[in-house]
Amino acid sequence: MKALSPQIQEIIAHIKEVAEDFGLDFFETIFEPVDYKQMNEIASYGGFPTRYPHWRFGMEYEQLSKSYEYGLSKIYEMVINNDPSYAYLLEGNNLVDQKTVIAHVYAHVDFFKNNYYFSKTNRRMVDEMANHGARIRRYADRQGIEAVENFIDTCLSIDNLIDYYSPFIERRGEEMNPEEMRQREVPKFQAKDYMDEFINPQSFIEEQKKRMAQEAEEARHFPRRPERDVMLFLLEHAPLEGWEADILSIMREEAYYFAPQGQTKIMNEGWASYWHSKILTTRVLNDSEIIDFADINSRVMSSAPGQLNPYKLGVALFRDIEDRWNKGKFGKEWEEVDDLERRDSWDKELGLGRDQIFRVRKLYNDVTFIDEFLTEEFASQSQMFTYGYNRKSGHWEIESREFEEIKRRLLDSLTNFGQPFIYVRDGNFRNRRELLLHHKFEGTELRADYAHEVLESIYRIWKRPVSLETMREEKGLLMSYDGTEHKEQSIPYETIGV
Amino acid sequence: MTELNKIKQDHRRFKQIVRGKIKRNLRKYMSQGEITGRQGKDIVKVPLPRIDIPRFRFSQKQQGGVGQGEGQPGDSLGQGEESPGQAGPAGNQEGEHGVEVDVSLEELAEIMGEELELPNIEPRGVKRLETVKDKYSGIRTTGPESLRHFKRTYKSALQRMIASGEYNPDNPIIVPTKEDMRYRSWKQTSLPESNALILYMMDVSGSMGDEQKEIVRIESFWIDTWLRSQYEGIESRYIIHDATAKEVDRETFFRTRESGGTMISSAYKLALQILEEEYAIDEWNVYLFHFSDGDNWSVDDTGDCMKLMQEGLLPKANLFCYGQVESPYGSGQFIKDINEHFGDHERVTVSEIKNRDGIYDSIKEFLGRGL
Repeated sequence: MKALSPQIQEIIAHIKEVAEDFGLDFFETIFEPVDYKQMNEIASYGGFPTRYPHWRFGMEYEQLSKSYEYGLSKIYEMVINNDPSYAYLLEGNNLVDQKTVIAHVYAHVDFFKNNYYFSKTNRRMVDEMANHGARIRRYADRQGIEAVENFIDTCLSIDNLIDYYSPFIERRGEEMNPEEMRQREVPKFQAKDYMDEFINPQSFIEEQKKRMAQEAEEARHFPRRPERDVMLFLLEHAPLEGWEADILSIMREEAYYFAPQGQTKIMNEGWASYWHSKILTTRVLNDSEIIDFADINSRVMSSAPGQLNPYKLGVALFRDIEDRWNKGKFGKEWEEVDDLERRDSWDKELGLGRDQIFRVRKLYNDVTFIDEFLTEEFASQSQMFTYGYNRKSGHWEIESREFEEIKRRLLDSLTNFGQPFIYVRDGNFRNRRELLLHHKFEGTELRADYAHEVLESIYRIWKRPVSLETMREEKGLLMSYDGTEHKEQSIPYETIGV
Repeated sequence: MTELNKIKQDHRRFKQIVRGKIKRNLRKYMSQGEITGRQGKDIVKVPLPRIDIPRFRFSQKQQGGVGQGEGQPGDSLGQGEESPGQAGPAGNQEGEHGVEVDVSLEELAEIMGEELELPNIEPRGVKRLETVKDKYSGIRTTGPESLRHFKRTYKSALQRMIASGEYNPDNPIIVPTKEDMRYRSWKQTSLPESNALILYMMDVSGSMGDEQKEIVRIESFWIDTWLRSQYEGIESRYIIHDATAKEVDRETFFRTRESGGTMISSAYKLALQILEEEYAIDEWNVYLFHFSDGDNWSVDDTGDCMKLMQEGLLPKANLFCYGQVESPYGSGQFIKDINEHFGDHERVTVSEIKNRDGIYDSIKEFLGRGL
C-alpha cells in the first residue's frame, strides 16, 4: 500500500480538526491513495476492497473504465460505512479536489455514525465482505463457478424483496398453534363479582373473542401474516441445499447493509456537500483556490434539464432548513402569515438553524426529510416540476408545476426506493405447496417481462410453481410460472391489509 | 488493504457472458444491421439486450418523476425514448436499458467463425509484412460517441442555429441535434503490400431497391470482418453497374441508384481490368463478390459473363461469390445460369438471399469452405 504524502496528511489533519470544531462526529477515517485503475476496481465492488466473485462487478468495471478513459466521468469520492471508515483519494487530483473530497468524506462518516437508519448496520462490513468472498469462493471450488454464479443471479433478482424497517421492529411474536389459540380464554382483569360487569364489560369480552378467533384463523395460514421479507421466508422454508441457503443468507445480509444508503441518498449527499462547502470556504481554502473550488463544486451540483441531482437537492434543502430555523420561519405563527412581503422579510433571529440541521441528519431519512421539509416556496424557487411520458408524442414532457403534485411524485419515487411492494401471501397456495406472492398495487403496473423472469428465479429457489397477484389495466391478474411456462389469468384482486 | 486485480476474474467472466450472448444472438445481429451502424475503427459497439439482473419493478412509461429546470407543462424534455434520468435516489435502480459493450472486430470475427463454423483460410501467394498505418485525420458525421469531436460538433450546431435564426446572442445556448454531431475518423494509408483484395460488385439497376442494398451492405460488413481476421491487410474495392460499370468508393457503392438495363458483363470486364492492371496474381488473394437480383439484359450478355469468369476471373480468384438478392422485380435467372456452368466449380459459390434473415446462411455458404 502506498503512503499518503506528508502534505496530504497535513491537510487531512487540518480538515479533521475544522470538522470537529463544527461539531461533526465521525469514526476514525483512513484515507488511501489510489490510482484511477484501483479507484475503478474498488468502485466496481461498491467501495469494498474485496467481494465475492461475480460477473456484474466486471460489467461495472468495464463501464467505469470506459467512461473514465473517454473522459466522460471520474469518481471523486468513495467512502465505506465501517468502523474505522475507509476513503480513497485519487492520485493526481489537484489539491483543491483532494480537500473537497476529504471534507466531504468526514461529513459522510458523521452521517453514517449518527443517522438513525444506519444504527443497526454492521460496522465491521469490510471484514464481513471479505468473509463472504471466502465462503463463496469455497462453494465455487466445490460446486463450480457456473452453478454458484447462477444461484447468485437468482438471489440478486429478489434482493430488493426485504423488509427495510425490520432491523428496527420486532414483528414476530411467539408462535402458538391454531388449536391452542382456539382454546384460549379471554384474559380478564381481576374484579370483585359485583364490579366485573364494569371492569370487564360484555362488549369488550365479545370483541376480544372475535379478535382471538381471527388470530386463530390467521394462524392456519403460512406465513401467518403477509411476509415482507421474501428472502427470509425463502431462507426459512424453501428446500435449499446447505451452500444455497448460505449464499442466500449472504445476499440478504448485504442487501440489508446497503439499504440505509439507499434510504438516505439525498440527505447523505446533501449533508456531505453542505459541509464540504462550509468547511472549505470558511476555514480551509486560500483566496487563490476559491475559483478552482467553485469550478468542481459547480460540476458536482450540476443537473441536466429535467434531472434531479440528489447532491443539489439535498444541500439546498439543508440550507433552506438552516435559514428557516435561523429566522424562525416555522411553526403555527409562520404558517398563518399570508402576506408575501411579510413572509420574505420574516426574521425572528432565533439562530436555531445549526442545531436543527444536526437534529435532522440524526432522525430523518429521505422520505421523511422531503415530506416534512420540502416547502412550496422551496419547490418553486428550485423550479421543480413533474414529468411523464407522452405516448402520443413519444417524448418525456413536463406535466405539472403544482406543489402537491411534485411532492407526491417525489415521495412516490422515494418510497420503497420507487419499487413495488411485494409480499409472500401463501406458502401453501392451492394446498399444493405452491407459492403465492402479492403485489400491493398502488397505481403503477409492474413491468411484465421482468416480473416473468423474477418468477422464474423464485421458482428455482422454491422448486414448486410460483404465482403473483397484481393488477393490469385495472383488473386483477394472476401471473404464474410452473417451471416450464408462464400463465396469466384474471382474478378478483383485493389489496392485503398490511 | 487494497488487493488489486481480483476484478480481472470478474471482468473475464463478464466478457465470457457477453461473448455467449453475442453468439446466441448472432443471427439476429446479422439481420438487423444493429452492429454495422455502430462501427468504430477496431471496435463495434454491441447493444446487448438485458444483461442486468431482473427485479420486480414498475413499468417505467407509467412512472415519470420529478425534475428541475425551465419550461412549461407540455414542454418536451428531450427526444425519443431516453428517460430524462431518475428522480433522486430512485437511482438505486439500474438503468432501464441494456448495456452497450465494445467488442473488437477481431473478437467479433472469432465469435462469428465459431458460430458459423467457418474454417480458417489458407492464403495463397507470398505472405507479406503488415504495414497498416491508421491516422486520425478526418471528420465524419457518424461514429462512436467515444470519438465525438466536441468542438466540431459545437461549431456545426452553432452554424445551423445561426443559419436558421434560432441563435439568440442574449441567451447563447447551443443545442446540437443528431445532424450536428461530428466524429473523428481515421484513414488507412493505402497499402500496396496488402495481401488480400475484396472486390465487391453490385447491380444498381432500378430493380435493386433500398432493402436489397441494405442487405448487401450488412452482408459486406460481415464478409469484411471475417476476411480481415484472416489476412494482415485487406483492400476493398467497389464496382457498380447497370448497363455500364464504374468503380466507386464505398459510400457511393451503397447509395447509388440507377434506372436502365443491366449488363453484368460490364462489371466483370471492369473487374478483370482492375485485376490485370493492378494486382499481381501471385501476391494477392482475391475475393470477388457480386450481388444482383438476377436479371440480366440478354442471353448473349450472360454468355459473355460466363466466358469472362471462366477465362479471366476464376483463374485469378480464391473465391467467386454470387449473391442473388430477391427483389419483387427480378426473374432470378442469373443464378441458374451460373449454377449450370459452374455448379461444381470449387471456387464458385452462389447463394440466394431472400431477406435479411438470409444473410446468416448466405455468409456461411460463401465463407464456409475456407478458400
